[in-house]
Amino acid sequence: MLMRRIGRSSGASRSCFFISRGGFSTTTATSPDGTTLLPTKTSTPSSSTKSINLFTAINQALHIALESDPRSYVFGEDVGFGGVFRCSTGLADRFGKKRVFNTPLCEQGIVGFGIGLAAMGNRAIAEIQFADYIYPAFDQIVNEAAKFRYRSGNQFNCGGLTIRAPYGAVGHGGHYHSQSPEAFFCHVPGIKVVIPRSPREAKGLLLSCIRDPNPVVFFEPKWLYRLAVEEVPEDDYMLPLSQAEVIREGSDITLVGWGAQLAVMEQACADAEKDGISCELIDLRTLIPWDKETVEASVKKTGRLLISHEAPVTGGFAAEISASLVERCFLRLEAPIARVCGLDTPFPLVFEPFYMPTKNKILDAIKATVNY
Amino acid sequence: MAALSRRSCNLLKPLPTLLPYTSHFRRSVSTDSTPFTVETSIPFTSHNCEPPSRSVETSAAELMTFFNDMAKMRRMEIAADSLYKSKLIRGFCHLYDGQEAVAIGMEAAITKKDSIITAYRDHCIFLSRGGTLVECFAELMGRKDGCSKGKGGSMHFYKKDSGFYGGHGIVGAQVPLGIGLAFAQKYNKEDHVSFALYGDGAANQGQLFEALNMAALWDLPAILVCENNHYGMGTAEWRAAKSPAYYKRGDYVPGLKVDGMDALAVKQACKFAKEHALKNGPLILEMDTYRYHGHSMSDPGSTYRTRDEISGIRQERDPIERIRKLILAHDIATEKELKDIEKEKRKEVDEAIAQAKESPMPDPSELFTNVYVKGYGVEACGPDRKAVKAVLP
Repeated sequence: MLMRRIGRSSGASRSCFFISRGGFSTTTATSPDGTTLLPTKTSTPSSSTKSINLFTAINQALHIALESDPRSYVFGEDVGFGGVFRCSTGLADRFGKKRVFNTPLCEQGIVGFGIGLAAMGNRAIAEIQFADYIYPAFDQIVNEAAKFRYRSGNQFNCGGLTIRAPYGAVGHGGHYHSQSPEAFFCHVPGIKVVIPRSPREAKGLLLSCIRDPNPVVFFEPKWLYRLAVEEVPEDDYMLPLSQAEVIREGSDITLVGWGAQLAVMEQACADAEKDGISCELIDLRTLIPWDKETVEASVKKTGRLLISHEAPVTGGFAAEISASLVERCFLRLEAPIARVCGLDTPFPLVFEPFYMPTKNKILDAIKATVNY
Repeated sequence: MAALSRRSCNLLKPLPTLLPYTSHFRRSVSTDSTPFTVETSIPFTSHNCEPPSRSVETSAAELMTFFNDMAKMRRMEIAADSLYKSKLIRGFCHLYDGQEAVAIGMEAAITKKDSIITAYRDHCIFLSRGGTLVECFAELMGRKDGCSKGKGGSMHFYKKDSGFYGGHGIVGAQVPLGIGLAFAQKYNKEDHVSFALYGDGAANQGQLFEALNMAALWDLPAILVCENNHYGMGTAEWRAAKSPAYYKRGDYVPGLKVDGMDALAVKQACKFAKEHALKNGPLILEMDTYRYHGHSMSDPGSTYRTRDEISGIRQERDPIERIRKLILAHDIATEKELKDIEKEKRKEVDEAIAQAKESPMPDPSELFTNVYVKGYGVEACGPDRKAVKAVLP
């Protein structure tokens, strides 16, 4: 397990702790048409690891994905030289410009093109430069990608499509470089939405997403690209989708989150510990289809739930989790389910510290819930 | 690289030939508005229409205004650069230095009732539409006295009373908006037009072609202006577009290619475009221009183009230099007077920055204002529905 703290000098404060649990499970890698392509690879805890950051982990995953399947492609704006966040460095040099190429500035075109490529049995890994720009492609994702297999009676599918986009606040991003649009996509049956919290998670989850026979939208927390550093196994490994992970065990309250927000929640849990509140922290990892069982088991144990995300609270994914848990655990709940989320405003520029669901807001909510 | 330098050579054009101007010996800066004609640097290239004449009517007063305004813009952008580096401006900052001629020339050809809408490289267009330096710097630093009350930042400058519709972050999204503005102008039977500005990167967005089709179908007084500075962030135009002749991309919509570093050529083209749009519907103007800075403050601007190219353009095609040479050749002002003007602009900018720094940050309650219209009374919830409950004004 590795813990590393990195502080930020200005803007909203976010010191990051990363506590990871060992253990990797095995998943069968399938080709887009559903047949098994690769034998599983299990990483044992003793396999060699290297301390790298998030964009390097993602870069490694992309290298492995392109290496292991000759019919996989990476494309998007500026990916050729390595991308604006360096996630695609070295790919064009290693695999050639026919497999790793730049597209013009047209998100709708990029995703539509990716769907077509995937429909021909290829693994299309499309990059949208910032999640804030994904909306021109929203129609393609919702109406084309998500429904392709369904409406063709399983004749065709675009399972080989993976869309990667950096999301989330970064301290100075303003309206159009900080959004968290995951809730819009969680409302679409037919696609998967996956969000990693750390480099080791990112590499394993991204490889699973690329090899999953369904179209996946993979949001990468841009705040953590350089900030998060962790020991990551150097070989090919995959982490299971639709499986949440309990990253901190506790008995008084369950906290659920994903992505960069978990670092903030971990700090709140540590602070709550000092006040004698034992918090259980769950990383959802896959938002749809999400692991209801793990969360339910935890809430049945603790009786309290708090969900936190950066996106605005109204209609955010916390609402879905809350409603589902009330249905399942109503009699076990000791207090109303708390949601500590962004405010219902456009993502502000100068007001970002007020907008964000900070550690103190979470801590207040933990105490309010426990003392209900 | 060879392709780059070949292209650079094409970007460098010789100075205009000047018509003789009989003048008596001048001691002070001329504010004469007697018109005289100047030839543009190169003739216009057109697509599906007759290009306007190379001879542009101007006057001493106008040239001095051009010089004053461009010097102010240049100074402002450079000051914004240093403010950003000293972390007084945060977020994003896309600088326009090098492209001033487009803002100035366009403004000279139109009125404040004509609308302009542009993307995020909007500081100078805001100034040319009548914005003040203080409003500009205050907005950049996120202060209350900024033109958008400090809530927009660099990419979101607006000025309603002079028809400046901003200031947009999403690439290409402003073009359909511009077409909508034109529709309103036509519907209201105004004799005004809308200019929708976009870049060579945005030229590949689908919504542009949707908007163009609508404008042409309904004969709207819309002018689409492609500010072609040859690089979409770091991607050269020939790597992103099959046809970098953006003025031809309208196909059935006529187009005009203009030397965007020549303010008089821009003025002539915009005047021509306005007349055309009011009679015959939309037109595309491609401004061949150049930005000295990188795409934004986080881009050094030298990884995808050579320093020689940048300094070459600065020497051969700088818009302020061109006007300076015209002024000197026509004896409108002396070299010293022009330098004094530049010093004065520097002082103006410094004073504006000092004043803007005095302005406070917006009040935290402003976080919730203007999400909806005043009086709608919707609640904005903070965490847990308990912490913050503001009724949105």
